[in-house]
Amino acid sequence: MTRIAIDPITRIEGHLRIEVEVQDGVVTDAWSSGTMFRGMELILKGRDPRDAWVFAQRACGVCTTVHALASVRSVENALGMTIPTNARLVRNLIAGSQYVQDHVIHFYHLHALDWVDVVSALSASPSDTATLAQSISDWPLSSRSYFAGVKAKLETFVASGQLGPFANGYWGNAAYKLPPAANLLAVAHYLEALDWQRQVIRIHGLLGAKNPHPQTYVTGGMALSLAPNSTTALNARGISEIAALLKQAQDFVDKVYIPDVLAVAGFYKDWAAIGQGIGNYMSYGDFPEDNSGQPSANFLPRGRIMGRDLSKVEPVDHLSVAETVAHSYYTYDGGDDKLLHPWDGQTNPKYAGPTPPFEDLVGFDKYSWLKAPRYEDQPMEVGPLARMLVAYVSGVSEVKAAVDGVLGTLGVGPEALFSTLGRIAARAIETQVIAARSAKWLQDLDDNLGTGDLAIADVSKWDPSTWPSEAQGWGFEEAPRGSLGHWIKIKDQTIDNYQLVVPSTWNGSPRDSQGRRGAWEEALIGTPVNDVTQPVEILRTVHSFDPCMACAVHVYDPAGGAGVEIRIV
Amino acid sequence: MDHPSAGLAELIAAHGVSRRAFLQFSAAMAGALALPASFAPRIAAALETAPRVPVIWLEGQDCAGNTEGLLRASHPTVAELILGILSLDYHETIMAPSGKAAEQSRADTMDRFPDGYICVVEGGIPIAENGIYCTIGGRTFKDIARATIDGALATIAVGSCAFDGGLPAAKGGPTGAIGVKDLVPSATLINLPGCPMNVQNLTATIVHFLTFGEWPATDPSGRPLFAYGQLIHDQCERRAHFEQGEYVTAWGDYGSLNGWCLYKMGCKGPDTFANCPTARFNEGTSWPVKSGHGCVGCTMPAFWDQMTPFYRRLPTPPPFATDVTADQIGLVLVGGVAALSVAHGVGSYARQRRAASAEAAAGGVATMEAPPAVEAPATAPPPAAAPPGPETPTADDKGTDR
Repeated sequence: MTRIAIDPITRIEGHLRIEVEVQDGVVTDAWSSGTMFRGMELILKGRDPRDAWVFAQRACGVCTTVHALASVRSVENALGMTIPTNARLVRNLIAGSQYVQDHVIHFYHLHALDWVDVVSALSASPSDTATLAQSISDWPLSSRSYFAGVKAKLETFVASGQLGPFANGYWGNAAYKLPPAANLLAVAHYLEALDWQRQVIRIHGLLGAKNPHPQTYVTGGMALSLAPNSTTALNARGISEIAALLKQAQDFVDKVYIPDVLAVAGFYKDWAAIGQGIGNYMSYGDFPEDNSGQPSANFLPRGRIMGRDLSKVEPVDHLSVAETVAHSYYTYDGGDDKLLHPWDGQTNPKYAGPTPPFEDLVGFDKYSWLKAPRYEDQPMEVGPLARMLVAYVSGVSEVKAAVDGVLGTLGVGPEALFSTLGRIAARAIETQVIAARSAKWLQDLDDNLGTGDLAIADVSKWDPSTWPSEAQGWGFEEAPRGSLGHWIKIKDQTIDNYQLVVPSTWNGSPRDSQGRRGAWEEALIGTPVNDVTQPVEILRTVHSFDPCMACAVHVYDPAGGAGVEIRIV
Repeated sequence: MDHPSAGLAELIAAHGVSRRAFLQFSAAMAGALALPASFAPRIAAALETAPRVPVIWLEGQDCAGNTEGLLRASHPTVAELILGILSLDYHETIMAPSGKAAEQSRADTMDRFPDGYICVVEGGIPIAENGIYCTIGGRTFKDIARATIDGALATIAVGSCAFDGGLPAAKGGPTGAIGVKDLVPSATLINLPGCPMNVQNLTATIVHFLTFGEWPATDPSGRPLFAYGQLIHDQCERRAHFEQGEYVTAWGDYGSLNGWCLYKMGCKGPDTFANCPTARFNEGTSWPVKSGHGCVGCTMPAFWDQMTPFYRRLPTPPPFATDVTADQIGLVLVGGVAALSVAHGVGSYARQRRAASAEAAAGGVATMEAPPAVEAPATAPPPAAAPPGPETPTADDKGTDR
């Protein structure tokens, strides 16, 4: 048996360490360790609840905007504010464009290098690449000369002797299966996506003033100056600019991202049976399409799929969420094994790992800065796959059509979704669905403004003197990476307690008090490793969750014993 | 410093960037740095012979917001420019290898280019309890950062957390987070605070270095004057409404729809030095005040504590229509001497650059006589109530340069 420690896991947000045990070329156990802590929840205590979103948004700059939204919703929920239609639609558009941009960045810039061998692209024939490109899409950048140019760029780059971020990659590993032409196609789209992402996220510039970290939220709605006929506010011209950017986003998703995912998946179909994980999937639901505040208003529905049972969707109630710190670097007053609902949550940091510098976590019962969230005491997987499964079984027509289309193209059944490849496919499907729906939200916004309704915020409770002496609230959001919740308690106009339970805390959770693994710990079990010095397969399964560790914080078990070889790779 | 690569212009051409786009970029950089237009050819010439500078980008207690900011860089195409100017040898969010192979990339660059790489630091550096609040590869971030900064040609602290600890250093934070200047006081350091920084200022800082062989002039906090030399309030497009006493008083009100001043909603623009109103974000699309929300002062020291509550208006109520009083607000809050020395530093810097241009640019007399943007004082005369400043600097005086 070999124990492998991989630290840092790169091409994620934040700091993650994974330790696994490998026997006969297969992962038999895994530990996920978040290695950074900032103390956001402690810093928020005692502050003005209206300021909380500015702080909380800094939980993550990759999933920027999502914590701002969850935060203002928590305060609005606590104080009983109802945001106006314009604010609801602007928020949907900001969150929707975040999905589209972030999912594409994940595929090309964070995940692709696990599947694409950049060095192999150097031996590609531009003609073959053009033929391949034209066979899967009518995207215009597909000529032989275009790919010859990309190949020449790559050759120049390599010849410079400075490989930059591509140095020391696992190039040539037998796990890479794409033919050279497909590798060159992916390299071309890696570069195109870099340009595309900065252009389309100008939607956040128009609606949110800037990206990363948009700055037009306020509790009660938005601060955005928005009026079709104004010379200074976001006006009709700005709205048509957003429409053009949404079209640009949708084109790239439909003609580049989706065809690429399908093409790559075709070479890696074995990964539809690897990385299954725990089989419980949860979504809070999001993208409200009316102002009722009811879960039924959400375009993406709320619910759970338990034990991979696609016959029914179970309900979700935030009161059933709780966290334990049995294997985390925290203590709870009254015992670390307890499950605490976030309103009563505690953040008492207490490092209990090895003294740096260290080689491994062997022998340490506590091994992560992540807490272990559970729903009715069960570990859950969250993210695009969970959302698409819940929407699929709930019968959301757009999702059902897109899922069936992808499964049909790949010639696999729905069970293939419970896998590393399934997470990648679900993320792509979701991107396509949300890109299309965003155009509708923009049209709804334009129509509503056309009625003369310019209201952008509920300011009736802006003044803290209107607040009750005590209040508590819950702000939910489906972030690109999964279910996000902020819980706030307000006392005497200041924050009395603030807790975040974020997607990567669910997915990257350490073991709980009963020793049950978190989602990607469990998904790693059974993952093949053909060369323990080049753990590219482990990266595939971990990256399929799109980890985001700065969000999550706020891999060990002494099972090895004698005879275990420890390798730091 | 080892220069293993071809000239930048050649590389950029190979990466598919047109000559025209390259010169546009040079002109944009001259503008960003507040240099006369005659400097654009000099910037272009410098970049044509520049090597790809090795960069080690470290992330500590960060949110990767500055990394995402880097991805938004524009003009010319971001991918090609970054691949052309910099060799991003270590950057956890982007690099291909993980684990030991990733750490090897950092070691390789430090070995191959001793004192010849730029270290970029993003995120706070926790030093409490001997640094256990952030580890990478089983080592504390503070140890990794210290070693990497020590061996660097220069270090650029991007974002507010690397500047002074930022958010994890805010009141209530238990990790003892500090910025680069406090971890390695001897570092050759440029600070680009902001939450996140504006990537245009990072690009301009690097271009300045490649063009002039030195870092841009900075204020006493190590912030480049071209970007942090002026109050937001003095550059603000809503300033006229401040002078007229026209304020937004509730979100979505008449003033909000008509672009009135956000002072009463807590805007920290009168207290904040940054070029957000002119540089803007996302290819010049917008900045917070333009879109309707006040400035939160994110380029200023300890802003999470000093600028909060964000919606409380600044303490000195300004009388209407007196520009002087508006500046006093800033001076009172940030400290009069520092503010005035910044103003003089800008003037000195501009004079110095103009002197240099007289040597470098032949036949550019007419252009040189046009004052650089940073020196144009049309709407901002020296505040009458400010304390006396230092002597007028001479041409070879670097003013407040480090």
